[in-house]
Parts: sequence; C-alpha cells; structure tokens
Amino acid sequence: MSTPSPYAIEMLHITKRFPGIIANDDVTLQLKQGEIHALLGENGAGKSTLMSVLFGLYQPEEGEIYVKGKKVEINDPNVANELGIGMVHQHFKLVECFTVLDNIILGVETTKGGFLQKDEARKKVMALSEKYGLRVDPDAKIQDITVGMQQRTEILKMLYRDNEILIFDEPTAVLTPQEIEELMQIMKNLAAEGKSILFISHKLAEIMAVADRCSVLRKGKYIGTVETKNTTMEELSAMMVGRNVNFHVEKGEAKVGKPVLEVRNMSVASKVHKNNAVKNVSLTVHAGEIVCIAGIDGNGQTEFVYGLTGLEPLVSGSVKMLGEDITKAKIRERSLKGMSHIPEDRHKHGLVLDYSLEDNLVLQRYFEPEFTNKAGFLRRDNIRKYAEKLIAEYDIRSGQGPVTKARAMSGGNQQKAIIAREIDKGPELLVAVQPTRGLDVGAIEGVHKSLISQRDAGKAVLLVSLELDEVMDVPDRILVMYEGEIVGELDPKKTTQEELGLYMAGAKRDEVKA
Amino acid sequence: MTLLVQYTLIFASVLILVALGGCFAEHSGVINLGLEGTMLVGAMGGALTMRYLTDKLPTFALILLVILISMAAGALYCSLLAVASINLKADQTIVGTALNMLGIAGVTVVVKAINTAANPDDVSSVINYGAAREKFLVKLGDFEFSWFMLVTLILLVAAYVILYKTRFGLRMMACGEHPQAAASVGINVFKMRWAGVLISGAYGGLGGIVFIMAGASEWRFEYGVAGFGFLSLAVMIFGQWKPQRIALAGLLFGLFRALSNVYSSFDFLAKMDIPSPVYNMLPYIISLIVLAFTSKSSQAPKAEGIPYDKGMR
Ligand SMILES: Nc1ncnc2c1ncn2[C@@H]1O[C@H](COP(=O)(O)OP(=O)(O)OP(=O)(O)O)[C@@H](O)[C@H]1O
Ligand SMILES: [Mg+2]
Repeated sequence: MSTPSPYAIEMLHITKRFPGIIANDDVTLQLKQGEIHALLGENGAGKSTLMSVLFGLYQPEEGEIYVKGKKVEINDPNVANELGIGMVHQHFKLVECFTVLDNIILGVETTKGGFLQKDEARKKVMALSEKYGLRVDPDAKIQDITVGMQQRTEILKMLYRDNEILIFDEPTAVLTPQEIEELMQIMKNLAAEGKSILFISHKLAEIMAVADRCSVLRKGKYIGTVETKNTTMEELSAMMVGRNVNFHVEKGEAKVGKPVLEVRNMSVASKVHKNNAVKNVSLTVHAGEIVCIAGIDGNGQTEFVYGLTGLEPLVSGSVKMLGEDITKAKIRERSLKGMSHIPEDRHKHGLVLDYSLEDNLVLQRYFEPEFTNKAGFLRRDNIRKYAEKLIAEYDIRSGQGPVTKARAMSGGNQQKAIIAREIDKGPELLVAVQPTRGLDVGAIEGVHKSLISQRDAGKAVLLVSLELDEVMDVPDRILVMYEGEIVGELDPKKTTQEELGLYMAGAKRDEVKA
Repeated sequence: MTLLVQYTLIFASVLILVALGGCFAEHSGVINLGLEGTMLVGAMGGALTMRYLTDKLPTFALILLVILISMAAGALYCSLLAVASINLKADQTIVGTALNMLGIAGVTVVVKAINTAANPDDVSSVINYGAAREKFLVKLGDFEFSWFMLVTLILLVAAYVILYKTRFGLRMMACGEHPQAAASVGINVFKMRWAGVLISGAYGGLGGIVFIMAGASEWRFEYGVAGFGFLSLAVMIFGQWKPQRIALAGLLFGLFRALSNVYSSFDFLAKMDIPSPVYNMLPYIISLIVLAFTSKSSQAPKAEGIPYDKGMR
C-alpha cells in the first residue's frame, strides 16, 4: 500500500443533526500523529458533539472517519476503544460510589474465571501514575476526592487502556490554576511520547501555550485550521465569534452608595471535615460596587455562598440586606427581597435539567401574577413571551428555543440561561459564583458587561471567582479568602497578580475590617 | 424458644431472598416494585411442581426441581418488567404495580382453572403440598430445619460474591449508578439491566415458594403473599442495598414476624394479653418506623428508576 497516513484521525464532512439544530454541518478535522490539536468554538458550536461522534456515542448522518488512513465505522464506544481512542468528557463519566481503581478498570477488568483480579491492575495503575505524575489514591471513592483528582482518574482510564488518541473535552474549566499548569505539562509529555491529543478549551492562552494547531468551529460549521505559532489570540477569537472581542474590561469609576449586604462574623460548618469551613467572616458590599472574593478553590468560598444564600444554616453570625436581618430567612424570601444567585454548580442548584428552557427561566417568578392567574393556573402564553424575550436578549442558543429541555443544551448556554434569569429579576444584590465558567470569550465579555451595568445601575454585586484575569479586571474591590477567613483586601488598580497570588497561597495576610 | 428461632429463620429466609432480588434489580438500575406478584408466580410454579411430581421423584431431585422451577417462573414473570421498563422505557413504578395486580389475578385464574379441570366441583384456588413439604424439613430435636434455610445462606453468599467480587457485579452496579459512564467504557447497559431484572425475578420467585411453605401445607392463592414483597423492599432499604446488611435486616424483621406465630408460648408475652392482630401488625409497623428514620441516609443506586437514554448528558 501507500505510505502510512500522517494523520491519526481524519473526520471528513461530518454532519450531525439534533431536533431543530444542525450541531455539526459538514465539519472536517484532521489530527496529525503526535500533535496537540485544539478545537475552539463558541458555546453550542458543536465541539462536544463532534467529539462524541468520534468516540462512538453519536452516529453522524453524513461523513467519514479515517483512523491511521483506514476507513472506520465507530458506532459504539467499544469500537473507539479498540481503535485506541480515549476521551475525558466535559462532564466526567465516573461512578461516584466506586473507588478510583474500580473506575479505571471498569470495562477492561482482568478476571480469572469471572472473578476480579485487581492486584495486577493496581500495579499497572500505580506505574502509570508514577510515570506521568498523575497523583491518585486508588482506594479513595470518587465522591470523596477533588475534581482535579477525578480528572487524573479519567486520564489514567485512557492510559490504562493504552489509548493512542486522547480527547480532552474542556479539561481545564474545572481546575485551579496550579492544576491547569500540571495538566498542560502532562499533555506535553504525552504528546512527546507520540500520543495524539485533541483538546477543547475556551481559554485562548492555554491553546496558545500547548497546542500545535487549532481548528475553529462556529455555529456547527468548520471555519478553518491555523498553526498556533503563526497566529494571535485576537485572530483566533475573531475566527471564532466572527467579530473582534475586547479582552479588556471597560468600566468607569464606581459610584459607591449605601451598604446593601452586611455579613457579620459568619461561620459555616464544613461537610468534609469537622472544623468550620467559613470562620468568622465579616464583609460589606455597597450599592454600585463589585466586590470579588478571590481564592484558591476549596478555601470556604462555596460554603460562604451557601450560608449567604440560605442553602446552609449558619453556625454563628448574621446577614443583613438593605438593613434588614435575613440570617434565618427562607430562600424564597431572600429572592423576593432582591437577592439573585448564579450558583457554582449549574446542574445541582441552577436548573431543573428535565424542564424546558422557558420553565427554567421563570423558576423564581412563576407565582407572580404575570405568570399565574388568579385561579392558580400558569399563564403559558406570558411565560413563552417572557422566555423568548430573554432568549433574544441574552443570546441563549438551543435546538428548539423555549421548549428545549435544559439537559439538551450545551454547557455554556445553560449558564447563559441562568444568568439571564437572575439578572432580569432586577436584583438589589447579585451573587455571582464563577459566572463565566465554561463560557466562550464572546459570552464572557457579555457577562462582564452585564455585571458592570448592574453596578452602574446602582446595584450591589458580589462576585466569587477563581480566574485571576477576572479577579483583576472586573471588581472594584478584592477580598482574598484563605482557609475560611478573609486574609486581605486589595485594590485591583494598585495590586499585581503576584501579590494576589501570595495572599491566595496564605503567604501574606492583613487584618481586614468589614 | 426453639420455635421462635425456627420461625425467625424461615421468615428471614423469605425476606432475605426477596430483598436480594430487589437489590439485584436496583443495582442494575431498575426498581422492581412487582416483587409481590413475582413471589406469587414463583410460589405457584413450585406448588404445581409438588402437586404433580411429589411421588414420582426422589427427595433430592424434588427439592432441586421445586427450587429451580420457582426461580424460573419468577424470572420469566419479571421479563415482563424488563421488556416494559428497559426496552420500552415505561415508568417502572407503574409497571411494577401492574405486575402485582396481574400476579394475584393471573395466578388465581390459573390455579382455579387447573382445579376445575381436575374436578368440576372444585372452584377453589388452593394447592395442597403437604406431603412434599415434609421432604423439605429435617428434624433436629425440636428444631425443624428447612433446606430452604441452607439454600438462602448459599444464595446470600452468592449475591455478595457476585456483586463485589466479579466482573459481572462491577459492571452491573455501574449501570445502576451511572449508565452513561458504563456505556462510555463499552458496557451494554440493556444487557446488564436485563440480567439484573431476571436475577431479581429468580430470587423473588424462590422467596415466594419459601413463604407459602413456611407454615402451611396448602395455599389459597387468591390471598396473595401478605405484603411480603413490599416488606422485603423495606428490608432492602434498611439493608442499604448491601447483602451483608440485608441479611441482618431480614433477621430482625423475621423475628417480629415470627413473634406473631409463637408469642403465646412465651409466658410473659401471653400474660400481657395483647391481641394477636397487634403482633401480626408488628413487622409492618416496624418497617414504617425504620424507613422513616433510615431512608434519609439512603445509599440507593443513583440511576435507579430512570430509563437509560444513550444521548442523555
Ligand atoms: N443530546 C442532544 N439532544 C439535543 N440537542 C443536543 C444534544 N446534544 C447537543 N445538542 C445541541 O447541539 C448543539 C451543540 O452542542 P455541543 O454540546 O456540541 O456544544 P459545545 O460546542 O460543546 O458547547 P459548550 O462550549 O457550551 O460545551 C447545541 O445547540 C445543543 O443544544
Ligand atoms: Mg461542550
């Protein structure tokens, strides 16, 4: 035959339709042997879908796939596996109550007469873990370990199967900056060994740092492929959204008004360990300002927000909003008083995944006269009109518009739906927890603009973020949280990322008055 | 006292078998609410076997055959649940309830038809297996040991080994926890769920025959199985879907059920003069109380009750 193909994977003219939408429209993607190839595109552009096609989870209506020059039909993940293709999914596919080791061997177990033989598997896993610096505890249960370790488990799953072609669907969206550094190094090591890597990310800096080439999708269509060394972040983002994106956040001076939120001496219990996760935290957020709580993931930010929004009771302390004590108020009361919450975990606290988009958009308002008539029946026509208004205003993309099930929407568009609902409620205080997680650069720009226009309209905004760029660019004040305490207050105009890093790592701390 | 132990063990055997049946189905991701009906169908299979074959077979062969036919009947009956809830993605609660109603009605009709065919004057739904019942029992002093107790012990250990020590068990539990994850590593979720439901039926069917033979030498099938299918679900929940704990829970519930049979032989209980319906109610009342307190910390398989959809994310 001819010379071996230079491509590990060729996906030619792939078309995949879902009800009401063409998720992939004649997309072509070529992955060279041993390269790191990034896939870039807006939320809902069809990246995850394309990868699921390659992995055998979806069957395309049209198009061909070649692996190492040979035409293949991938109609089942088993086939992908046999072809050496492995995937880390955007939402991990791990069995929560199984151990790390069981998750790794699941599907390719070594057995003797049907009985599991785990010793050899354990040796192989530990050897791989050592070799690539993928630290895991093989006997820990998935539900007890950090997201970072869960991801390392997913990577070990692929390596354990001796996969040569590795797909990473938004691996960095859930990681801390340190973990991202580690992951990028691991990816480079893997590529140096001859493995071919497909890598989806919304973070252009990451793509520039690790990828050799980058392919861009927009609204299901293939736009082009570029070498990262011959391009710039601006060029990539223009390819992706079809216009120039402004990376720098534009905002005027803050006009700080009266206090809206006053938290005094708040302590919240931890679910993981016996100590309090939040210790004696006091802070104030005024009308017309954006205050950001920065810190490394797991330093009590989650629990602080739970305490503030009423998802968890306080151990001690008080919360006041607009001068009124709401320490013990129900979540609905807080919402009616003007608190909005963009939650950290959009599947758990943000959406009812099996409801339609329109129902999700009125989740906190369905009882208002606009949406429920006097007899207690829902006013479907008004709900539809309202949903359509928000969908247009916030550019929420989905297959079937208002009636799309939330579950069928892309991750980024789910996030946009929550943001639309929470901001349109017209809150006095907006609590936004990692509001831009998983969003594309265009959408991030949009969210930042909305936060700032809230502020300019004289509302209070409390932002919780892990993203250093966001922490530096968006807020008017930064509070750093470390091990459950506020250890520093910084002015983003005067501080540097390095100084911020010192506070976040606990190397520096000041007394902070609320 | 011996009597109490004996009844406790035999009722515990029923509860453990049926609860393990529920446990297999749920670990594969299907809720089997039809255990009540399954028990009855299994019991009918076993009872008919005894009616026709008691004289024709040696003891060992008869015991083995009764066990196998009860299990097969239960499994066959549960394949209805499998088709409806796995292949046709029907609501599992409704299918389970339907199986219970169909079970009691269907079995009554069949047994009556058989009885009338044999003797036109006999319109009852009774099957007598008194002669065969003796063959299942071994007298050890006062204690009547039933071979079913040993079989239960074997099947209990088997359940533990299958779930936790074999490839099959690992894969099946993955399907009950996160079927999309299982599918992504190439496991056939439909097959595993079918397997779970069939095993569930086999355990449930066997539990049925053990139940009707626990204290009677004939059974009127229109009476059903007195809610033991549901009681077993309580045992399963109290046992947190784990065979070891199900065994303990089964013994506890079995003890309360046995009390109602033998309380009069304990002087102090007899003296208290509590009406017997109170003892009869005990297991059911206990199950309500226990569930009210324990179901909060439930470790139910996460994906149970949800039809598997490949495209779901
Ligand atoms: N199973 C499904 N059923 C119906 N529609 C779907 C399904 N999966 C994806 N879609 C639709 O296909 C489109 C592409 O989705 P996909 O998840 O591939 O986007 P993405 O590029 O990965 O976006 P994100 O960056 O937000 O993750 C979306 O509009 C989504 O609503
Ligand atoms: Mg995606």
